[in-house]
Amino acid sequence: MKIDRETLLDIYTRTMKVARADEKFRGLLAGGSLAVVYYTVRGQELVSAAMMAALEPSDYLVTTYRGQHDQIAKGVPLNLLFAEIAGKATGTCKGKGGSMHITHPDTGVMVTTGVVGSGLPIANGLALASQNRSDGRVTVTCFGDGATNIGAFHEAMNMARLWKLPVVFFCQNNRYGEHTAFADHTKVESIVARAAAYGMKGVQVDGNDAEAMYAVAKEAVDRARTGGGPTLIEAMCYRMMGHFFGADFSYMPKEHLAEMAAADPLPRLRALMLDYQFTEGELNAIVAGIDAEVEAAWTFAAGSPLPDANEIRKDVFEEEIAA
Amino acid sequence: MVKAINCAIDEAMAEDEGVILLGEDVGAKQGGGVFKISSGLTEKYGEHRIRATPISEQAIMGACVGAALAGFRPIAEIMLMNFVTVCMDQIVNHAAKLRFMSGGQTNVPLVIRTTTGVGVGFGGQHSDMLEAWFAHVPGLKIVTPSNPADAQGLMRSAIACNDPVIFIENILCYGMMAEAPEAGYRVPLGKAAVTREGSDCSIITYGRTVFDAVEVAGQLAEEGISVEVIDLRTIAPYDEETVLASVRKTGRAVVLHEAVKAYGTGAEISARLHEVLFNELKAPVQRIGGAFSAVPMASALEQAWIPSKDAIKDAVRATMNWKK
Repeated sequence: MKIDRETLLDIYTRTMKVARADEKFRGLLAGGSLAVVYYTVRGQELVSAAMMAALEPSDYLVTTYRGQHDQIAKGVPLNLLFAEIAGKATGTCKGKGGSMHITHPDTGVMVTTGVVGSGLPIANGLALASQNRSDGRVTVTCFGDGATNIGAFHEAMNMARLWKLPVVFFCQNNRYGEHTAFADHTKVESIVARAAAYGMKGVQVDGNDAEAMYAVAKEAVDRARTGGGPTLIEAMCYRMMGHFFGADFSYMPKEHLAEMAAADPLPRLRALMLDYQFTEGELNAIVAGIDAEVEAAWTFAAGSPLPDANEIRKDVFEEEIAA
Repeated sequence: MVKAINCAIDEAMAEDEGVILLGEDVGAKQGGGVFKISSGLTEKYGEHRIRATPISEQAIMGACVGAALAGFRPIAEIMLMNFVTVCMDQIVNHAAKLRFMSGGQTNVPLVIRTTTGVGVGFGGQHSDMLEAWFAHVPGLKIVTPSNPADAQGLMRSAIACNDPVIFIENILCYGMMAEAPEAGYRVPLGKAAVTREGSDCSIITYGRTVFDAVEVAGQLAEEGISVEVIDLRTIAPYDEETVLASVRKTGRAVVLHEAVKAYGTGAEISARLHEVLFNELKAPVQRIGGAFSAVPMASALEQAWIPSKDAIKDAVRATMNWKK
């Protein structure tokens, strides 16, 4: 399935922005410049980029603690993101949220939750507001295969279908729920099989196939935007570097690791770009531009002040807590 | 009181398209809610604003959190207070914390309406007062009315509040009758009422037990004890200024609530009184609350469980008779 060159270029740019930022974070953590909890998105860059390329900037996103790819692909400015993860006053959330709670309403990033599955019911509420306002917005909520066995998933899917809410349930099936393999936590063949239980449209797709992933995302987003209700997408992908950065993932079988390496979305996307007649030079120039942006973001974050201690009294309520 | 709450929601819905109500059985098709709080509202505002939900508390609460983030002022009806246990994640991890964790970029102007109460034989899973759990969570406000006018005025203020408010109604108060306040009547959050003035001992309470406190105060007056009754109205953050002023005046205090006494809000208020007024207190602060068991079903046991008027009187007398 072909997509237009402009869209593919957009997907490539978003993918590489995610990839280069993630690589920078991992380097900072490995080198000791950063010491924070970080859930690397290595292996899931493309699924997110293709989905966000199908959205308008004003569309809402609700994501989860492994969400840096979603946030970057949705457009959160890198300097604010780096500053937040570094715990600086200039971060998206003034250093109060960190990587698990990135929020940036200007780009539609309304919630990042650290609780598995909790984003789905919230996404319904954002979509409900859009439905009542007829504002044409779509809400996308991202989660992993591990989130599909918690009650919130089922309650949210049923309610979304009941009210035909403009929401896309975007399951990035990376084959592991924390340290537990898919087959050890679920006995149906696929997540998408569950869509039928709610009378909902469901599609499974190879998330590392840019053309197919974009087509599925676009169809679901269009359906939501035109009043057709919710869709469950199951994008097959791999979590290439374990649960959190630095975590031991020797529990993952060798065959799985080999399968994962062979499916790496980055070389595959680059090959596709060349098929679409983009040149090595063009692609290198895009990456060089992104690298400059990533470096500038880290420079901004590193040079930013720490939050003032008084901040703990602010934003608890609208009115400040008395000292 | 049912009519008062209905009236407050009706007024708010008429003024603001963003006020919506989600809950089990709340629509016209279901009869306007188990306790008829939303009676007549679907007919006026439509099913898109009065949304009868499946029995899915997480989905109800999550949807209300999301709609609030988008700028709506949703009201989530949790039929009975014990059912908050199945949506605590949305209330505690999300509604309460999103303003803070987002650095003030988002907020959750949400009202969680819920009902409870001991005395109607509903037993262990339909009767608890769980306000202390929520009072322990930064970011939540907790309100409970003791009379119809306050119910109307506090509900209007709760809906207008830009932070999440848990609005606790007591089943036994639903039948209370009073003259309706004027349209648009509001009672500010965080402001206690001095329900009865007195000079010897302050009873600090809220919700249904305000009624008991007033009755006891009348009886103790015959013994020559002058009791002041403070109705907190907002349990958290409570009106410390009014409470301190009262106890500074009387030098004695009893904190009374229907919830289990151990680790209850009475412990916090009592501790604050001792911290701030230690040298002015004429006696240690007394606490009265529910027994340390599940709420029993049998009427005889229920009556043994809830704070009795005699126990309240004894607590006041104990402060009066204290010898240093």
